[in-house]
Amino acid sequence: MDLHLSKVEPSPDEREVVDALLGAPQARHEHTAAGGHAARSRRHLLLPVLQAVQSRIGWISEGALSYVCLRLSVPPAEAYGVATFYALLSTTPRPKRVVHVCDDIACRCKGAEDLCARLEKEKEKGDALFLRSPCLGLCEQAPAALVTVAGPKPSEQLLGNVTAAKGVSGVEKRLSLPQKGDASLRLLKRVGVVDPTSLDDYRAHGGYAALRRALEIGPEAVVREVTDAKLMGRGGAAFPTGRKWDAVAKQAVRPHYLVCNADESEPGTFKDRVLMEEDPFGLIEAMTVAAYATGCERGFIYLRGEYPLAYERLAHAIEAARARGFLGERILGRPFAFEIEIRRGGGAYICGEETAVFNSIEGFRGEPRNKPPFPVESGLFGKPTVINNVETLVNVLEILRIGGPAYAAIGTPGSTGTRLFCLSGCVAKPGVYEVPFGATLRQLLDLAGGVADGRPLRAILLGGAAGVFVRPDELDIPLTFEGVQAAKATLGSGVIMVFDDRVDMTDILRRIAAFFRDESCGQCVPCRVGTVRQEEALHRIQVRKTFGTAKDEMALLEEVGQAMKDASICGLGQTAYSAIQSAVTRLRLFEGATTP
Amino acid sequence: MTAFVQLQPKKRMVEIRIDGKKVQAAEGTTILDACRALGEEIPTLCFLDTLHPVNVCRVCVVELEGSRVLVPACSRKVAAGMVIQTNSERVRLSRKLVLEFLASSVDLSTTPDVAGWLTDYGAKPERFGPPAPASKDGVRDAAVAGHHHPPDARYAATVAQPPKIDNDLYLRDYKKCILCYKCVEACGTDHQNTFAIAVAGRGFDARIATEFAAPLPDSACVYCGNCIAVCPTGALMFKSEYDHRQAGTWDEARQTVTRTVCPYCGVGCNLDLHVQDNEIVKVSSPLDHDVTQGNLCIKGRFGWKYVQNRKPRPD
Repeated sequence: MDLHLSKVEPSPDEREVVDALLGAPQARHEHTAAGGHAARSRRHLLLPVLQAVQSRIGWISEGALSYVCLRLSVPPAEAYGVATFYALLSTTPRPKRVVHVCDDIACRCKGAEDLCARLEKEKEKGDALFLRSPCLGLCEQAPAALVTVAGPKPSEQLLGNVTAAKGVSGVEKRLSLPQKGDASLRLLKRVGVVDPTSLDDYRAHGGYAALRRALEIGPEAVVREVTDAKLMGRGGAAFPTGRKWDAVAKQAVRPHYLVCNADESEPGTFKDRVLMEEDPFGLIEAMTVAAYATGCERGFIYLRGEYPLAYERLAHAIEAARARGFLGERILGRPFAFEIEIRRGGGAYICGEETAVFNSIEGFRGEPRNKPPFPVESGLFGKPTVINNVETLVNVLEILRIGGPAYAAIGTPGSTGTRLFCLSGCVAKPGVYEVPFGATLRQLLDLAGGVADGRPLRAILLGGAAGVFVRPDELDIPLTFEGVQAAKATLGSGVIMVFDDRVDMTDILRRIAAFFRDESCGQCVPCRVGTVRQEEALHRIQVRKTFGTAKDEMALLEEVGQAMKDASICGLGQTAYSAIQSAVTRLRLFEGATTP
Repeated sequence: MTAFVQLQPKKRMVEIRIDGKKVQAAEGTTILDACRALGEEIPTLCFLDTLHPVNVCRVCVVELEGSRVLVPACSRKVAAGMVIQTNSERVRLSRKLVLEFLASSVDLSTTPDVAGWLTDYGAKPERFGPPAPASKDGVRDAAVAGHHHPPDARYAATVAQPPKIDNDLYLRDYKKCILCYKCVEACGTDHQNTFAIAVAGRGFDARIATEFAAPLPDSACVYCGNCIAVCPTGALMFKSEYDHRQAGTWDEARQTVTRTVCPYCGVGCNLDLHVQDNEIVKVSSPLDHDVTQGNLCIKGRFGWKYVQNRKPRPD
């Protein structure tokens, strides 16, 4: 392959930021060394280096892209394809200061639309760029905004309770954990209690006991404990974690990789953010245990790009753990080596799909892969890979603390352990709640103080944008895997978003449809075009300009939804109709829809 | 297809059932291979024998017992005991919708076979509304990932846009592009290793692009035309064919195809000369050729103008 590069040179600043991340070029023709293999083997640095350029310069110019391509021996067309895949990267000039305002469903219930309308008016003035954003994962402090400032000292801030006064101001989010200090907490017990920047404090609160126990009993026994605990994945798909670990541990192919999926982007989800910000060492320890059990020497945390504080705290925790021998060559003096690297997302919901994560880390477009082969066989860099969600991994600490069988006794026989739920929307005390499996929706709602302002309940979105709406008369659904399955619902990522009688549900539905349209990777036809056709039909119903009758539009929606569900490559397309379907069938939202 | 010399022992055969019929299929082959061996017609768009299957168009989906969702026949490998339905209600619905999605958003006027499939599956793309007018040149190239385009209640969104004509040899008419990834594969690791184009953008705004949408002469393109050879919709087209079509003089009934050997170098690639009214109008190469698999270089693909420039021999 001959690299065909643009004649445009990078600016000194651009060159400097690229070299800072990749090191100074070793030789004039570095990219051709070893037949180009040396440079190409660093392809996985493509996204980090593009992100570095973005946060230093504010956008990725032709000269900068060309220089990155030269250094990594990546064809410019491919690098451009990667750069244009992520919403947080720009290939056209942008002001240094960019304000991403969340106008997604939870924030819509808290006046995000008014906020956006005011910012829209003020847009021309000022030196900041205002952009609308999908869910920023700060739903308990809605409305939210992410403010990024590019420059030699770039800054990123995730703000809650945002107002439009003087541009954008808000509060840098503070922890709101309604259950803080509750002795029954297992996953959240250290949240708000320990100093998240202190390894000593973490250890004083039981930290690293699980790793010691794991090293004592050996890898097979750890997998056995997790299997006995009947731990199921908390990311949405509810796959048995023990089986996944066992499959990877037994793979003869080396190396094995561990990926922690921290790309929490499902609208209404913020539990992983709270865990990572407030108990970062917990995740690092859990990953170390997982790596020990499954024979991984290298782990990645794929962290959503919109979580600057989680990044800071995790990065600090990794450094501290390494300095004290909890990561690195000989962990706790044993012949066990493990390293963790954080990779940040670039603003793409799809990158939370387990195989899209791999492509994104490897420096390709975050398009999901075809399965089979499954990650346990061929995952990151084509090697056997354990990929688990943050909450799933953190459960492992509790399993090792009390033992698999004891853990399995919590909850119900089909759904063991405790579960984190993210309560947001029109609820009195929004936040993350931890309850043993088996609590009902009503109990969760009561725990959070019921509907805010004593309003009547209109609906609850269970599981996220890819979940389902349930009616006020369905609050006795037990929140277990089997309970929601029987009720034809889903726990998804633990979202419980509450809507009162004042919320325009048609508007919420259209926002959900817009979300899937904007976040589709575009790879397969059913999702790429289906999500567009779905939003168009909902829009026509909303503005009462239907083709034929409203009933015809519903029939159309149903067929579009069925095809997306059946024929899309990945979970995004397969669930893009889920919430909308439930609004039609359960909430009977369009019962009264009229024809023009 | 390619007749490779058999170096390994024959693969194990597995038994599967397709539409109730028992079939023996070699391990490592796909459901599509097995269906074809049975004589079952499965429509395909993004599949080509000479490229790695990307299974993105989803028109070949079939129902596999035990699978929650439909599976792409083109890439799913056979496994013992599979029970497959190729024409069930579910399959027909998905295929119909996929065809409607494409026909309502893309110009399929030069896509072979698709008109028949639209009829076969009862597709009515017009039910999504009249197609939206074409966007101005460069608008789709500038679309930003994640930025929302509000729908227009009057129209169904399309990819309609003016063609990109930036050289004398071929043009890119992306209003006809179904994003099958074939050109990217042919330009990349599957054939040419030039990597002049890739998919850029996201979702409905995803598109085939050079870096910063640079014109082809400024890109890495070497004009081998192997992308044109694999394009299933005519989005990539010889300039000569395009000019004829614009003038209304393109008539395949009047064309002959003559197979010959490329006169330039010693490789000896086969050329199929498409001739209309004693004029070469385009050149292709047989996909089932052992050596070249339908690939050519700029000389074989485009270097035939001199034939036309010869002065007629005096009688």
